[in-house]
Amino acid sequence: MTDDAAPNAKDQFRPAGHENEHFLMTTVVGSYPKPKWLDRARELYQGGDTTKPREHQGEHAEELPDFDEDAWAEAKDDASRLITNEHERAGLDVVVDGEMRRNEMVEFFAHRIDGYEFNGPVKVWGHNYFDKPSVVSEVEYDETWLVDEYEFTADVAERPVKVPITGPYTLANWSFNEAYDDLESLAVDLADLVNEEIGKLVDAGARYIQIDEPALATTPDDHAIVGECLEHIVDEIPEDVRVGLHVCYGDYSRIYPEILEYPVDEFDLELCNDDYQQLDVFKDPAFTADLALGVVDAHVAEVETVEEIKANIRKGLEVVPPEQLVVSPDCGLKLLPREVAYEKMANLVTAAREVEADLDAGEITVDAAPASADD
Amino acid sequence: MTELVATTPGLFPLPDWAKSDLSDLKGHQKEDLVDGDEADAVRDAYATARGEVVDAQTAAGLDRVVEGQLRWDDMLAHPLTVHDSVETRGIVRYYDNNNFYREPVVQDDLDFSGDVAGELDALADLTDDPTQAVLPGPYSLADLATNEHYEGSREFLHAIAEFLAGEADAFPAVETLYLLEPSLVENPPADDVADDLADAVTTVADAVDAEVVVQPYWGALDEKTHAHLLDADVDAIGYDFVANHEENLYNINEYGTTSDVSLGLVDGQNTLVEDPEVVRERVDWVHEQAVSADFDTTYVTTNTELFYLPYRKYEAKLTALADAVARPEVEA
Repeated sequence: MTDDAAPNAKDQFRPAGHENEHFLMTTVVGSYPKPKWLDRARELYQGGDTTKPREHQGEHAEELPDFDEDAWAEAKDDASRLITNEHERAGLDVVVDGEMRRNEMVEFFAHRIDGYEFNGPVKVWGHNYFDKPSVVSEVEYDETWLVDEYEFTADVAERPVKVPITGPYTLANWSFNEAYDDLESLAVDLADLVNEEIGKLVDAGARYIQIDEPALATTPDDHAIVGECLEHIVDEIPEDVRVGLHVCYGDYSRIYPEILEYPVDEFDLELCNDDYQQLDVFKDPAFTADLALGVVDAHVAEVETVEEIKANIRKGLEVVPPEQLVVSPDCGLKLLPREVAYEKMANLVTAAREVEADLDAGEITVDAAPASADD
Repeated sequence: MTELVATTPGLFPLPDWAKSDLSDLKGHQKEDLVDGDEADAVRDAYATARGEVVDAQTAAGLDRVVEGQLRWDDMLAHPLTVHDSVETRGIVRYYDNNNFYREPVVQDDLDFSGDVAGELDALADLTDDPTQAVLPGPYSLADLATNEHYEGSREFLHAIAEFLAGEADAFPAVETLYLLEPSLVENPPADDVADDLADAVTTVADAVDAEVVVQPYWGALDEKTHAHLLDADVDAIGYDFVANHEENLYNINEYGTTSDVSLGLVDGQNTLVEDPEVVRERVDWVHEQAVSADFDTTYVTTNTELFYLPYRKYEAKLTALADAVARPEVEA
């Protein structure tokens, strides 16, 4: 799958007129800070208090400005267009819309899947809560989840668009399970729904899907369940569709090299946050997939310089050759101030272009030899 | 005949209005969490919420009423994170859950705080029913913390035990004290501290004139840890029959247990609410299967704290527990 000749290789995303011979594709993980006016629009639409569901605010609804479903939809469209363009302005090769339409990575999907119900917020830490849903019956596919989001973003974007989807293992693990015998059977059923959604996204033109599985970091012993889910996810998905897996904030030695067996083209890994202390984990055995390396920290508001990011990119070249390297932030950028998020992306792109030029000029020697799963 | 007592390990979810009001009053960042010196408006909100969870327990018909530990932003690490000798650092994962607490780093002598006693004084003003105090067990509290002051891990464990004993000594009269010890399952004591476990637990237990229950959870104790814990001078050991009934039953039958026992039979981490009749059958099942045991008192409880649940599911769990115990005994 990492063979350059394979149709899902990253070269299909190389922009026309790319300035360098080498191509270190630049992209992001997905989420991005929401414009303040979008939060305000959500408040108006929901009727004041965003911590309370809409239906619990009826008594005050009359006092609020008229901000109906259409106005809210338009606000989300505006935010999606704005952030997609912001990604392009930063120079990214593959863009997303910053997940402007999504409130939370599990809730958003659970609202669209039959079999889930909501019973109220639960604590994550301090006064940070989420509406952890309960699976109360067999999960079933209902309306599409992301086709509208993709079509809108692809329409306003000049560059290729990536679609991040919360993975079935995380959807299962971060829900209450009232209906299934065990986590695995729930996760596998959800994987079939993800597969159905990807089929619709591919029909709509999507060529780059990223499965987000942050829950794997908390329970690394379940890596076989994630692998089984991925087999279901990619079933009958055309080969030229690039499928990545994003994992973050965990002990990678507990899932590597087992994850190399997963049927994905790319692993998107957070490594910058602890200063590449875990980099060596991926050197032996050789990394056979593409590596989307986190080169800026998503949880530090200080913007890394171009020189710092170039040094981080070169860490990636210790693991894979340039042909297998993709450059990305560690994780979603949504917790950063928006101007910081933008500067990080812009510097990331500049650094990638400069490393490409250095590679073209032979000023960087690459240690890592190309490796293939077929070897 | 065994007396059945319906109770909980505490650490309840905040009512939804309090989640919203307190996030507005306190904020969302780690420096906004409870530090033992809250503003009046924050104290008032917690006092109102405390009244609600006391009423919820009374309405459900539980045999012990807890304070609810609603202020414990850092869950079981709370008694340290509000202590003056402790610095709180980054947000760290709370066991294998999608929950986080501030890492408490002990930097000076752990002298008397009185924070938990203050909460129990407030509880005493709210109810005439039998009350129950809740503390982290000394091993779990030491495990959740970082020690930068005491000489080694044994000294740290004993210092934590002495600190908890000092806190417990200041409690108003309570009927029962639960010491929550999930770390005994999740990260069992290494050889260098295993011999000190029973002493540390006994130090805390001896500080109160109440029935003392030690409740490990998220599985079964390994045999050695179970044997060490049996040496502690406590009235009851708890067993998490939700997470692992086979090994817990094995421990009880192979090594014996205390004269009273606490059975975690209702899932504190799932919204599926158990049928009281099924819970009662599980109580009877343990009594039948525990061949050598003839318990004086059996505490019937959730296996874990309850803050993982949405508020209305938490209320439903209280009712399930109380109703299971209130059912007339089924004649075999």
